[in-house]
Amino acid sequence: MRTHIQFLRGQNKISLSDFHPTMTVLEYLRSTERSKGTKEGCAEGDCGACTVAIGRVKNGKLVYHPINACIHFVGMLDGCQLLTVEDLHADGHYHAVQQAMIEHHASQCGFCTPGIVMALFTMFHAGSTPVTKSEIRDWLAGNLCRCTGYRPIVDAAFEVMQKPANDHFSKHATETVHLLDELNDRMDVFVGDDEHYFASPGDLTSLTEMYKDNPDALLVNGATDIGLWVTKQLRSLPALIHLGRVHELTKIEQDTRSVTLGAAVTYADSEKIMADLDCDLAALWKRIGAKQVRACGTVGGNIANGSPIGDTPPVLIALNAEITLRHGATSRTIPLDEYFIAYGKQDRKTGELLVSIKIPRPQENQHFRCFKITKRFDQDISAVMAGFLIDVSDGVVTKARIAFGGMAATPARAHQTENALVGASLDAPDSWNVALEKLEQDFTPLSDMRASAEYRSEIAKNLLLKTLIELAGDDQVQTRLTGKRVVGHAAS
Amino acid sequence: MPHHNSNPQMSDMAVNLRHVGKPIKHDSAELHVSGAARYIDDIPEPADILHVVPGGHPQAVCGSIKSVDLDAVRNAPGIVDVLVASNIPGVNDVSPILGDDPVLASDFVRFHGDVIFAVVAETRDLALRAARLANIVIEENQPVITIKEALESNSQVLDDYAFVKGRGAEALEHAGEVLTGSFSIGGQDHFYLEGQISLAVPQENGDMLVYCSTQHPSEVQHLVAKVLGKADHAITVECRRMGGGFGGKETQASQWAALAALAAARSGRACKMRLDRDADMQLTGKRHEFDVSYRVGHTPDGVLESIDVDFASRCGCSADLSGSINDRTMFHADNCYDVPHAAIKTRRMKTNTVSNTAFRGFGGPQGMLFAERMMDHIAISTGVDPLDVRKRNFYSADGTGVTPYGMAVEDCIIADLVETLEKTSDYRRRRKNISAYNSKNTILKKGISLTPVKFGISFTATHLNQAGALVHVYSDGSIQLNHGGTEMGQGLYIKIAQIVADVFGVDVERIRVTATNTSRVPNTSATAASSGADLNGMAAYNAAMKILQRLKCFLAERHDCAEQDIAFANNSVQVYGKEFTFNSIVGDAYLDRVSLSSTGFYKTPKITWDREKGTGRPFYYFAYGAAVSEVTIDTLTGEMIVDRIDILHDAGKSLNPAIDIGQIEGGFVQGMGWLTTEELVYDNAGHLKTHAPSTYKIPCANDVPEDFRVALYQPGENREPTIHRSKAVGEPPLMLANSVFCAISDAILATCPGTLPQLDAPATPQNILAALRIARKNGQN
Repeated sequence: MRTHIQFLRGQNKISLSDFHPTMTVLEYLRSTERSKGTKEGCAEGDCGACTVAIGRVKNGKLVYHPINACIHFVGMLDGCQLLTVEDLHADGHYHAVQQAMIEHHASQCGFCTPGIVMALFTMFHAGSTPVTKSEIRDWLAGNLCRCTGYRPIVDAAFEVMQKPANDHFSKHATETVHLLDELNDRMDVFVGDDEHYFASPGDLTSLTEMYKDNPDALLVNGATDIGLWVTKQLRSLPALIHLGRVHELTKIEQDTRSVTLGAAVTYADSEKIMADLDCDLAALWKRIGAKQVRACGTVGGNIANGSPIGDTPPVLIALNAEITLRHGATSRTIPLDEYFIAYGKQDRKTGELLVSIKIPRPQENQHFRCFKITKRFDQDISAVMAGFLIDVSDGVVTKARIAFGGMAATPARAHQTENALVGASLDAPDSWNVALEKLEQDFTPLSDMRASAEYRSEIAKNLLLKTLIELAGDDQVQTRLTGKRVVGHAAS
Repeated sequence: MPHHNSNPQMSDMAVNLRHVGKPIKHDSAELHVSGAARYIDDIPEPADILHVVPGGHPQAVCGSIKSVDLDAVRNAPGIVDVLVASNIPGVNDVSPILGDDPVLASDFVRFHGDVIFAVVAETRDLALRAARLANIVIEENQPVITIKEALESNSQVLDDYAFVKGRGAEALEHAGEVLTGSFSIGGQDHFYLEGQISLAVPQENGDMLVYCSTQHPSEVQHLVAKVLGKADHAITVECRRMGGGFGGKETQASQWAALAALAAARSGRACKMRLDRDADMQLTGKRHEFDVSYRVGHTPDGVLESIDVDFASRCGCSADLSGSINDRTMFHADNCYDVPHAAIKTRRMKTNTVSNTAFRGFGGPQGMLFAERMMDHIAISTGVDPLDVRKRNFYSADGTGVTPYGMAVEDCIIADLVETLEKTSDYRRRRKNISAYNSKNTILKKGISLTPVKFGISFTATHLNQAGALVHVYSDGSIQLNHGGTEMGQGLYIKIAQIVADVFGVDVERIRVTATNTSRVPNTSATAASSGADLNGMAAYNAAMKILQRLKCFLAERHDCAEQDIAFANNSVQVYGKEFTFNSIVGDAYLDRVSLSSTGFYKTPKITWDREKGTGRPFYYFAYGAAVSEVTIDTLTGEMIVDRIDILHDAGKSLNPAIDIGQIEGGFVQGMGWLTTEELVYDNAGHLKTHAPSTYKIPCANDVPEDFRVALYQPGENREPTIHRSKAVGEPPLMLANSVFCAISDAILATCPGTLPQLDAPATPQNILAALRIARKNGQN
């Protein structure tokens, strides 16, 4: 067992053995190091002004992710390299990203600029060149700029991303990988005392044993939600157990029938496999949160925290996913839609934790659709999230699984609608009406700052309608503003 | 003796322009990208610094303060002081004009979050925790939240105001056709990335140095002095740069500066007050919401005959700058359109919400959005293309047009500008393509709109149109420049450095622009009303010219030649055929005891405004521009994307085209946010529910279309002798985004031709779907 965390700051190894469990990386940078280049814009991971780069070794290669330092706990840096805007220049020269930003007049007030530079630095190292402007805009979705209108930033990035990364970080990559490998010892880490601690178990057995014995501790992986409990609600979270180093939980397994995600698999790491499952999932994954959120957040966390507005639960419920929970050495598996009992209440026993999510692949006669409705396309919490899995045989619906987020106190299925849809003919829109009307009986949504109840009800109905129109398949009619889906008759 | 005029005529500007007019990078670009640009929270903190956070009642919106028990706050760990109103030695007010904004509330709570006390603690975290421990009892009254509620209860912060042109509303009786309509316009949070912040450092003799992120250091100075009971000379306010301002740091910085200064005065220690994002959004003012209702008379051809329009704005709990803001709404209700008869009326409503304030455009955007809705309404009623309706109503280029407030429009170039944009944007062909698209597609619909902008340049409070500058030439040939304008990212410092560099014929790198500081240039106006470069640029020019004149005089005497034979260029000086380095000339001048430092001053000529009579020339000139936006909406969800934007904007003879393009693009996108995704939601009780970026959505990179074409109007030249014939560019481009709103309306119209879509701003998916629902109903009837 280690009683300190260790990470690389640039190329220097840092050991910390005395810090509050919820100390953020931003606090560490600005207050401990007194490095003032990284800024606080919102303290909730929504503006990207605090973006820094985290280097990790993946399959023997050095990979950089952008993260929001304001909601990332410093203990989660264990085994990583931390780079900030101060690290980029070398030998008296600005980094290529910085130079392009200067030449394209891409800063005005400059407050968001360090975060944008770091986000682009991670893209520079992402390794796929050349990139499109659309990919750049996606990469920057988590970095708000209030001055420029983004065009010069995208132009600067476009210029610099045409060439493969060639900077002092790529030159020292082998050395960095070696240093990081040394840090990643898979040891259990425990920093603190009985009352205040940050623990980071090295494997699943240590984790389950520790959590069984300390069920009051809070499990944390990406902290994209829990971070806000600290920065916004000033909650004191004295005991944290971090899942990010439990290698059994970061595995993705798949076969012809299903895909299984470990509970600590990030959105970023599951992006490709979900895109392979369905193109709507590819589009959704991009809109769950911006790069910084996807680098840290997990499907497991989205499920485990039981939020009524999580993006993935309705979709996974529609797909008939099941989850495996574990208490000490005992495991059990339940359908996901049975996990959500009521607002703030889930089927998870004290000391029990989520270990994996198994997602069946849609069969040939099954048609999947999902839609996320928000005020802004990127980095926004859904007003309504909808998932549809419709079985069609000879142009007639034989079975339907429909689930919504934002419509009730939990992610929930539209049971009456599902039943009413069975027997509807794709070629006879009149036969859809019963099901469309049943939605009003399935849900009584609320009004809040994201949407009115009336709007939510109307949207829910219209999304089912859109799904049916798409399945009925008139490829002359465009149905999507964003995302790509080739429309064709579901029965053909 | 001609009338004394301190302003040089720009035709006299015999200056070789090597920097002015060039796309020179922002003076802080390198500091920005390397994280080395210092904002106030980055200044190394004095060892004994304290942190100040605001405190109030967690829920109350409106009512009398019955009791304030702060014992638990005072007894919390790390607390050094808790400030309440009775601790204020001077006057408990930080309002810009009327005396209605207490630093700390003592009798009443006027809106949710109204600051009642401030915690001063060893750390920010301890201060934040302690601030939640207060026990305050409020006897709550029924709050007034919406404009409608305020109108019903006649709750107003300022008197109604109107101006009338011709026969006003009466003329409607004789109009060919009369249209009536109403709609509402949402507010907008500034969402500068750097929140409000001040650092007060006590000096000897009770003086105070305040580092403040503000567009108006002089006002902060005056108000801190007033709160501390000191003379202005005891207070120095400095601002090197802001992390964005947009109007939100004009009056809204003072309260936090005053509290930091009060804490510092009492403790004798440096005190910093930084609002976190939620506090910033809950406690500082925003763009005004408006309800608009109108009657418009027009001919069958769509020519305007008469307007009768009523504006009612949500000013919030105090006046702040609402008077001038609502006036500017009225000044822009005509936009580019000449109307013979008009009655333009505003009501300034008082509500139990945070006091609304300046925001880029300053009331102009709301007035102008009405004008564009009116044009669309006429187009639908007449069946004429909305662009043609607009063109038929433009102010004439010959200068004969007169605004509803009696000002001749002498410099109108809008017809020519729009003519060019119509061609470059391919408006007509795209309009046809969109019709074809819409006839084929039942779910997605496209819309397009071209809207113009005419924005009046000058503070409408005439006395504010003045500026000062201070230039030092040091004996080594380096130059320090200071002026009253503040840098919030808009590139003011570099523009003024360019102007001064060209006066002396030296490289711009030789000019160091120093932080705006009330002890260097006093009695400054806010950097606002797009006036920064116009006013301070000319003041700096005048200061530099005085020194140049002294140098020329010295050289003429020493070399026995005429001043006309002396030329400053390329870091050297030509004296009657002989060449000297600039440095050597400066060194010689110093030894000859020539004064190498000078102030400069400027006041805008020609402007007058008689508010009583509602007539005059409030603006020195107008800035023009136009934009075409194309959008697609999803009629099942109300979602919208902007497909393409074309902008042609008039920056006069641009001082720096790269900086100006940046203002145009950034202003447009900010305006687009105001009209689309940015929604301030209050619950019925008056609590703001959208006070962080998780719930308040400003545009992000993907909301800006890849096809974004921006150009400067090429013949652009200010008809008035402004600094190098440039035009102000800070605010006008924001209103180019009206084209997005009108394009959305046009897309909705495709579902129900013949009726103006009942669309309110912002056009969120929810508001678009609501308008579609109404349109469908109209279609069925």
